[in-house]
Amino acid sequence: MTAFVLRRSLQSILVLFVMSLIVFAGVNLVGDPVDMLINPEADQQEIERVIKDLGLDRPVTEQYWYFLVNAFQGDLGKSFVFGEPALKLIVQRMPATFELALFSLLIAVVFGIPLGIYAGLKPASKVSRTIMAGSILGFSMPTFWVGIILIMFFSVHLGWLPSTGRGDVATVFGITSSIFTLDGLSHIFLPAFNLALFKLSSVIRLARAGTREIILQDYIKFARAKGLSEKRVINVHLLKNILIPIVTVIGLEFGSLIAFSTVTETVFAWPGMGKLIIEAIYNLDRPIIVAYLMIIVLIFVTLNLIVDITYSLLDPRVRIKGEG
Amino acid sequence: MPPILEVKNLQTHFFTKAGVLKAVDGVSFEIGAGEIIGLVGESGSGKSITGFSILGLVDEPGRVVGGQILFKGQDLTTLAPADMQKMRGSRIAMIFQDPMMTLNPVLRIETQMIEAIQTHDSSVGKDEARQRSRDALGLVGISSPEERMRAYPHQFSGGMRQRVSIAIAMLNRPDLIIADEPTTALDVTIQGQVIHEMQKLCKKTKTALLWITHDLAVVAGISNRICVMYAGRVVEQGPNEALIGNPMHPYTNGLLGSVPSQNRRGEPLQQIEGIVPSLLNLPVGCAFENRCGNALAECRQSAPDEVTMDDQRVLRCFNRVK
Ligand SMILES: Nc1ncnc2c1ncn2[C@@H]1O[C@H](COP(=O)(O)OP(=O)(O)OP(=O)(O)O)[C@@H](O)[C@H]1O
Ligand code: SF4
Ligand SMILES: [Mg+2]
Repeated sequence: MTAFVLRRSLQSILVLFVMSLIVFAGVNLVGDPVDMLINPEADQQEIERVIKDLGLDRPVTEQYWYFLVNAFQGDLGKSFVFGEPALKLIVQRMPATFELALFSLLIAVVFGIPLGIYAGLKPASKVSRTIMAGSILGFSMPTFWVGIILIMFFSVHLGWLPSTGRGDVATVFGITSSIFTLDGLSHIFLPAFNLALFKLSSVIRLARAGTREIILQDYIKFARAKGLSEKRVINVHLLKNILIPIVTVIGLEFGSLIAFSTVTETVFAWPGMGKLIIEAIYNLDRPIIVAYLMIIVLIFVTLNLIVDITYSLLDPRVRIKGEG
Repeated sequence: MPPILEVKNLQTHFFTKAGVLKAVDGVSFEIGAGEIIGLVGESGSGKSITGFSILGLVDEPGRVVGGQILFKGQDLTTLAPADMQKMRGSRIAMIFQDPMMTLNPVLRIETQMIEAIQTHDSSVGKDEARQRSRDALGLVGISSPEERMRAYPHQFSGGMRQRVSIAIAMLNRPDLIIADEPTTALDVTIQGQVIHEMQKLCKKTKTALLWITHDLAVVAGISNRICVMYAGRVVEQGPNEALIGNPMHPYTNGLLGSVPSQNRRGEPLQQIEGIVPSLLNLPVGCAFENRCGNALAECRQSAPDEVTMDDQRVLRCFNRVK
């Protein structure tokens, strides 16, 4: 197990390194930040001073080298716009994004699994057909559009829920989050639902497909032949088996949930890192873009590792060697 | 002694899109306490569906549409689902064909055994249930059951898994075990061991056994009576020796001809020509008519009814083998 984690961690560092190369080359192609940053009335001398300050006069390879050296010391550069460390700016907004993504995931799992199992157990029923039609809609409607519709309906038309911001936060067990206050919950609900819709649809589909496959297995029939209640057959014998693919997929896609939150955060003015990156791209704020992408890669790599470990815990057949 | 199980004219049909499939259509037999009955027939003849009908586990779109299943005098076909659930696994247990598929791959053996006890008697504590499970594993010949209980199914060989299934089936001391081809998927040597062990256990506990197989040779050695099924019906049944020594139905005769035997060494094995008619579209006459060497004109007109012979044999045939 330890050897496995170690090997995977080394692989992860390699992935991070390669990504940094691509990202760095990428942002250098996108455009010249100088045009955005400098007052158009500044004179030539002023412009050159700024370029020098930002280190943009050096060759790209040298810039990259400095970036790497600094990155190893935990410094991903200063934001051109805010003049503050990029990492600090991102980390500050991380909790808001994580909270949104986790809450979305919760919605997707809590509603998706029961709905999917139901649709799998009674594929021909009207309710199941409605669930499946809903999941197709969830897949195909663009997130930003659904976001706007949600705001129009629940915030503007009904006036039930607020449409922007994060609301009050409270700290419980050292975790600061808006889900601990009523006001915060009312704020998170719409954006989280918006972000969850796609995941919810895929969880429903996975749960349904899994149910339809597993329910035909001999071991389900054997479980029934033992006289187990239908409740235990479904909640233990079936659920434990369909969880394997679901955990894999939602785990792997948690990263994309965070990445996708840029759209939702922009629509709902949610103060997370997604909103920050959109602004940074708009301003060509290179250090923020680079730092954000590096962090996203780090999140993906870490999630992969966690998924592999969880997977092996759920499915004894793939239990990692050396652990019995 | 009154029989443990009396199946009377059981009919289980599947209402498929293509029409009504008569998987079981008028099956009758009895099993006494401690008796072993062999249910033999080729693939698709309705053996498993007969077993599932007794347990009340026929899948959609199937339904028991006729007949009675009397278990200790009580008709299971009219039992409420909750009462039927209490029967399953406690009074009537089942063992399946493929040991690789019958145990849940993600649950420990222990879990799968303990739940089988506790679901029928919630007053049994976890420790007691574990103790009983361990004893049951020991009884079916699993060494160091204590350790093996913590294992997952994939850590067992096929033969061992089937022993675990047998142990699970025996956990609640059922009166009847339906064994659906329990040895078909095993190696020949292991097959022999498992059959021997099952026979021994059932004798000891006075458990009745309905042994389903397509292999006449397997049941010939262990059963008291044999029922031969063809296209959803029992075409011939009787005491072991009578049926094997003196088959009267042309189909039974054909089956015996296809079993290798000592006294016909060197002779080619016979096989029954032709194919089983579709269960969706059975002929009005005898279902075996298209393959039968003894067929008469009347065999096409109507299906033969069951006739009880002198030697406790029940036969469905107009022109028996003489
Ligand atoms: N769920 C189902 N839907 C439709 N038809 C079914 C279903 N289950 C079984 N049948 C049909 O019922 C008939 C009897 O099946 P059964 O499983 O009892 O055969 P069997 O004698 O056990 O054969 P085998 O030796 O292959 O196990 C078959 O023709 C099969 O096609
Ligand atoms: S009834 Fe006729 S066709 Fe059917 S088995 Fe007997 S002799 Fe053959
Ligand atoms: Mg079968």
